[in-house]
Formats: sequence, C-alpha cells, structure tokens
Amino acid sequence: MADLSSEFIGIKSPNPFWLASAPPTDKEYNVRRAYEAGWGGVVWKTLGEAGPPVVNVSGPRYGAIHGADRRLLGLNNIELITDRPLEVNIEEITRVKKDYPDHALVVSLMVPCEEKPWRDILRRIEDTGADGVELNFGCPHGMAERGMGSAVGQVPEYIRMVTEWVKKHSDFPCIVKLTPNVTNILYPAKAALDGGADAVSLINTINSITSVNLDTFAPEPTIDGWGAHGGYCGPAVKPIALNMVAEIARNPETANLPVSGIGGVTTWRDAVEFMALGAGNVQVCTAAMTYGFRIVQEMISGLGQYMDEKGFGSVTEIVGRAVPNARDWQDLNLNYVTKAVIDQNKCIKCGRCHIVCEDTSHQAIWMHQGRVFEVNDAECVACNLCVNVCPVEGCITMRELEVGEVDERTGKKVGQYANWTTHPNNIGAGCG
Amino acid sequence: MTNDHSTPGVASGRLSSAQIGSNFSELHPPLSDHEARVAADRCYFCHDAPCMEACPTEIDIPLFIRQIATGRPEAAAHTIFAQNILGGMCARVCPTETLCEKACVREEAEGKPVIIGQLQRHATDRLMAQGGHPYTRAASTGRSVAIVGAGPAGLACAHRLALHGHDVSVFDARAKGGGLNEYGIAAYKAADDFAQKELKWLMGIGGITLEYGMRLGGNLSLETLRKSHDAVFLAVGLAGVNALTIPGTHDADVNAVEWISELRQSRDKTDIPVGRNVVVIGGGMTAVDAAVQARLLGAETVTIAYRRDKAAMAASEFEQILATSKGVRILYNAAPRSLASGSITLARTETRDGKLVETGAEITLPADQVMRAIGQALEGVPDILAVQDGKIQVGEAGRTSVEGIWAGGDCASGGEDLTVTAVAQGRDAAEDIHKNLMGKG
Repeated sequence: MADLSSEFIGIKSPNPFWLASAPPTDKEYNVRRAYEAGWGGVVWKTLGEAGPPVVNVSGPRYGAIHGADRRLLGLNNIELITDRPLEVNIEEITRVKKDYPDHALVVSLMVPCEEKPWRDILRRIEDTGADGVELNFGCPHGMAERGMGSAVGQVPEYIRMVTEWVKKHSDFPCIVKLTPNVTNILYPAKAALDGGADAVSLINTINSITSVNLDTFAPEPTIDGWGAHGGYCGPAVKPIALNMVAEIARNPETANLPVSGIGGVTTWRDAVEFMALGAGNVQVCTAAMTYGFRIVQEMISGLGQYMDEKGFGSVTEIVGRAVPNARDWQDLNLNYVTKAVIDQNKCIKCGRCHIVCEDTSHQAIWMHQGRVFEVNDAECVACNLCVNVCPVEGCITMRELEVGEVDERTGKKVGQYANWTTHPNNIGAGCG
Repeated sequence: MTNDHSTPGVASGRLSSAQIGSNFSELHPPLSDHEARVAADRCYFCHDAPCMEACPTEIDIPLFIRQIATGRPEAAAHTIFAQNILGGMCARVCPTETLCEKACVREEAEGKPVIIGQLQRHATDRLMAQGGHPYTRAASTGRSVAIVGAGPAGLACAHRLALHGHDVSVFDARAKGGGLNEYGIAAYKAADDFAQKELKWLMGIGGITLEYGMRLGGNLSLETLRKSHDAVFLAVGLAGVNALTIPGTHDADVNAVEWISELRQSRDKTDIPVGRNVVVIGGGMTAVDAAVQARLLGAETVTIAYRRDKAAMAASEFEQILATSKGVRILYNAAPRSLASGSITLARTETRDGKLVETGAEITLPADQVMRAIGQALEGVPDILAVQDGKIQVGEAGRTSVEGIWAGGDCASGGEDLTVTAVAQGRDAAEDIHKNLMGKG
C-alpha cells in the first residue's frame, strides 16, 4: 500500500489524519487510545493559563442535527477549553509524547490577549517535547465572551499581534486556528501569515443553535431553561470549510501558507478533498466523537487504495491538485452544455426527478405512461437537481455536448470556451 | 384423556391452551417507536407514489409515513382514516405484498419495500389508543340509510354516511359485527379481539344503529327497507358455498369457512376439532388460513391440495411461504377425485394449451379431516337486482340496477374480494348516496 507518512510544517506523523483539539484529546487516556487506533497525530485539547481551571456546565453540552435513521450530520457544543489543571495536562503531554515519539503531538493554547500570559504558557510547555502549538482563535462560545477564542480570530490585528508574541517567545512551529465566523477568511489568514505563523488550521466551529425545545421554548442544549449559542461542526459544515480552505489556497498572498484542513472530515474521501484544495493534512473531531477512534482505519485504508489507484507515491502529491480548478464564477465556460440522461435500467420510478424539475423551475422531465421518466433536452438547463435528488447513485448522469453539437434548448451549436467577461450581455465587457 | 399430534381421527385439544395461545399470537407484533422511525426513514416520498395507486382506498402513504418520520403518528392516522376508516384492520390483514408494498420503489430497488402495512398499524394503533373518536358528525340531514351487512363495506359506508349527518341503520345476520374481520380472517392476523374493538371505535361517530340476527330474505325484507329508508346499501358478502361434488363419503368433510368461523369465536380454541391428517382443498386465502390454523391447533400433517399450478394460486407468494413455514405442504396440480373413510384421492393435473387436464396419475392421502375452501357464493339476494357472474351487478360508485339501492364488498361485482376493496366500495357508495340524497333535498 502507498506510503501515507506525512510532514506538515516539519512535524512528522505516520499519516495525515490528526485528531483536532477537542474533547477526544483532553487527556492521556484518550490520546494513547487514539494513537493505538491509528491516528497519526493529535492536537491536545486547548490549555488555558495557570491557576483555577475553567468551569464547564454540568448539563448537556452537545446538540445535534440528524439525517435519516438518526445519522448525526451536525454537532454543536458549548464546552469550554480543558477544565483540568494545567500541571496535569503538561505532565500527561510529556509522558505521552515520550512514549509516541513518531506521532505528532501539537498543543492547543488559549490565554488572554496580553503578551505575558502567552509568554508564560509557552514557557510552561517548553519541555513537554510537543511538536508544535496551535493558537485557538476559533472557539465561538463562552471563551469568546471573555475576549479569547473567536473574539481574537475576528480581529486580524489581534491575530497578528499574538502570533508575533508566540514566535518571539518560542521556537515551536505555530499553527493559527481560524474561526469561520467572519465575512472573509482571507483577512485573518493574511494576519496570521504576517504575524509569522507557520500554518493556519480551519475551520473552527460555527456559531449555531441546533434546535429549540418546543415545550420549554429554550434553545438546545438547554441548561436550566436557557440556552447559549454553541460551535457547530460535523459533516454538515464540510462545504463551508472546503470553500474557506480553497479561498486561502487560491489567493496569491496566502497561497503558500500551509493549511491544516478541518470541518466535517468523516471519510477518506473527505480528507482527500480537503488536501486537493490545498490542505497539507486534516484534523478530525466529530467523526471520532460519533463512531469512536477506530474510524481512522477506514480513512487509512481508503486513502491508501486511492493513492495506489492514482499512482501517488506521497500524500504531498494530492495537496493542492484541485486548487487551479477552483475559480471565480466569471471564469466558467458559458459555452459548456450538458443534459441530464436517465438510465432506465437503474431507474426505480420514484418520480422525484420529475417533481423537483416541475416544481423548481424547468419542467424538463417528462413522466410517460408506466412511470417512465425522460429528459426533455429542449427544456433541460443542466441544473443537476435531478441528479442530486435521485435515490440511486449513477442513475441520472450529465451528458456533455460536444463542440458543434446543437443544444436543443437554445437551437444553437455548442461553441468554444467563452466566459462572462467577454459575453455580449455583459455591458462592461469588450470595451478595452 | 390428553390428546396430541398423533391422536387418531379428529380431536380437539391436541395442544395445551398455553401452546395454542402462543401459536395464535400476532403474525407481526407492533413496531416500537424506534422501529417505526427507522422504517419510515426509508420512504422516498415518491411523486404520484406507486404505493398509493396500488392501494384500493388510495391512502396518501408517502404523507402518512412522513408524518411518522417527523414524530407525528397521530397525524399519520388522520391521513389514513380520511381514506380508510378501517385502516387499523387493513394494516393487519391487507395482502400488502401484492398491493402497496409490491409497488414500493424500494421493492424494485432492493427487493425490500418500506413496511407500509406495519407503519400503518403503528399510526392507527396510536390514535385509537387515545380513545374517543377522531371525527365529528355533521348536523343531521334528516335522511336515513339502511345498510345490510356489518362487514368492512357496510361499516365503511355507515361511517361515511354518519359523518355527513345521515341516520344509518345497519343490519347483520350474525350475532356480532365485523363480517369476515370477525368470522373469516385468520386469528393471528386480527388478534386481541381487534375486530370488535375497531367496530366499537368506529361507532363512536354516532348516528349509527346496529341490529344483529337480521337476515336479508329471512326476517329482513328489501322492500320494507326501501320504504322505511331513503337509500339502501347492500353489503351482505358471500354467504353461500360453491358446490363441489366428490364421489364417496367422508365423516369429517367440513366447510373451511364455517370451521374458521367457529375457531374465531372460540375463546381458547382447545375445543376446536382438528384432524391428525388434514387435507384442505382450494388455493385461495381461505385455504391458507384454514391449513395454517389447523397446524397451529396441532394437526400432525396438513396438505393443501390445489388443482392448478403455483402461478395460478390466488393466495400470494407471502401466504404460500407463511403456510410452508408453518409446516403445511402445498400440493399443486392435485384435483379432488374421490373421498373414502380416512382418505382422499387426488387426480394429478397439468396445463396443456391453456387448459387444465388430468394426467391420469392419482395420489391418495390419509385424511382424517377434509376442509373445503373452494370459494363462496352469493345467497339470499332478492330477484329484483341484476346479477352478473354470481355477484350483484353494480355500476359507478356501487349503484345497482335498481334506483335507490347500492351494493359493495364481496357481494358486488368488480374489484378483488379484499377487506380494503370492500372499504373503498363502501366509502365511495356512501359519497354517492350522500350526493344523491342531498341533491334530492
């Protein structure tokens, strides 16, 4: 099988699958189990400053969104950073790293936004043997109210300032973990780069209320009748994370900034998608919290088989492969025409393609006698909705029209590549 | 004296009361809430759903399953009852494998349909357990309708008419209502006295009176009913038995319909006589119901002798598998030839050029009891009504050849002889009667 070993900003690990800083990485017992299960690396749950530890709620701290058959699609949490004494965490980190020298161990940190606390915490962890630090500028709940976490991540100047302190007071490779609760991810990414960060990791969780209890009229998870917004993660957030990773990777100023991809990675395929869009490795949390550490075995075997099939000798060959293809809308070929085709042998006649096409916009799928569904090329705009709602994978596919072929909808021949910037309807175009 | 499997001849109490009770427990135990949610999640909410089209009462199946999936089984029950007031019984007795579940797209996709029948039961049980009645009668119209037969067709018709505010008088020849649900269906499909519970619940609409022991052509006259009521609906079922003359005599040659009826009315069934070796003649649901229940009572061997081949058998594949799983042997292409004391001789047949012919071969089986399940016939219907192929001839919405008289259920022409078909016919006739009566107004 392919060599899955990974090196991210100089940190080596047997594979590119790290556990993200989160409840599963809060203590020695879990981290040892995680390494034994096959995880390549761990970002230890966020440490705070010395002194009395933070206090968590003692009611429910997670809320969830479910799909069919109660599959967990999204998870939200109101848990704070580690609530165990700093000394205990440091002792455990030191012990674990000594026993697992070949596995990555990065320590996540979050202390008040002043130079001294940052210098102090870095000194405390200096001798743990940890491979690097991750600055938690992402958690959107609880700690943010105290001026930490996403409260820092939402102000590029603070990101830069703290990152500079960290680089000044330690030699640790430094990963800055970004919050997605911003309007443009490029500003915080750029700030991290400017501050001297070796990498960014994203996304942290998204501000969220997962549900409302309709008897008590309280947001869930509910603590004694009240609820506070939490941080949302899991498969549901993957599309948001992929886009933010891609934004950083395709922006010339940040293109060379290493990215650790986080957000709903559940399968080997998810991980490869993140890496293809520029992530050097991935971090996982919700999948482990949903299925246990053993799930990494599927990721390892799946990635290995994929690399073998593609002939990739190293995971670095995957990184960024899709970035050149992530473009602005205006770059897209407006002369590219496809038509939906329904495979009658695979069709189970549920009629969902027909009704969504009827009710959404285009009325391009006929329902013939005997529940035979057929695409009307003269109406099909190739929107792909039928493909998306069809319960049978591969039953509806999109056929690409060749250049010169007539599009029955427009009556025109398919032309060569041309985009909006040169389109006649674009009044601003062509006046150069 | 204690009887068992091997007690010769015909005997009751071959098994203990406890064993029989266990044997006759429900075929499909109710789904738990969790099972129902998981099963409901499999529904694709198809457009113009094939399952719905396959249902004679056209229940909006995708909608009711979605209501279960979203935690609203009570709303699901409303969706079901709006089309089929006997949705509770149909959920138990419908041959779903030949109706909605056969049409389910997941049957086509994976060979495993959404378990629509069991989900329907989940919903209807939930609402019925709440007590009360989910519908309110419209204001009285002052019109009255007589219904003969308190089976599925009669009850569905009565309920719909009462809902519209008509006064309904239902007459039935038997001592209890429910028709075949009470007297015919296999006990393990309508366990726990469900037919009577459902009847009582249905009557909760109000405006319906029930009189038992009233037989059309006996103490009940169609002419009198026509005079005393604004409309008449006949749902008398098929009270007669098809004739089949077999040479020879057998001292335990019973009518399967009557035998099942007695079994259904028996409290613990230890008093129902059953042979050590039983041969059931027929190929429909009644044959399967009789054969399976004979085994459940402790018969040592039970054989269904059907004169045609497997493909022609009216009992569904599911029913045939159920029978064989209970230890019943199904002998296809075996037509009754002659009876003798303790045995039956069958002529082997085959289909040649589309015709059933005897091959000349014979087989003689030991038979302490022979059950005839060869179909039922219309009986006691007044001459003024036109009859077609042995059934009361009806047109649209159950209109008979005589104005003011409607008919539905097994006694009427058209549709399969199923509970669900009877319900649809009763309901549709009620709507037509309602329109007719109000139009007259």
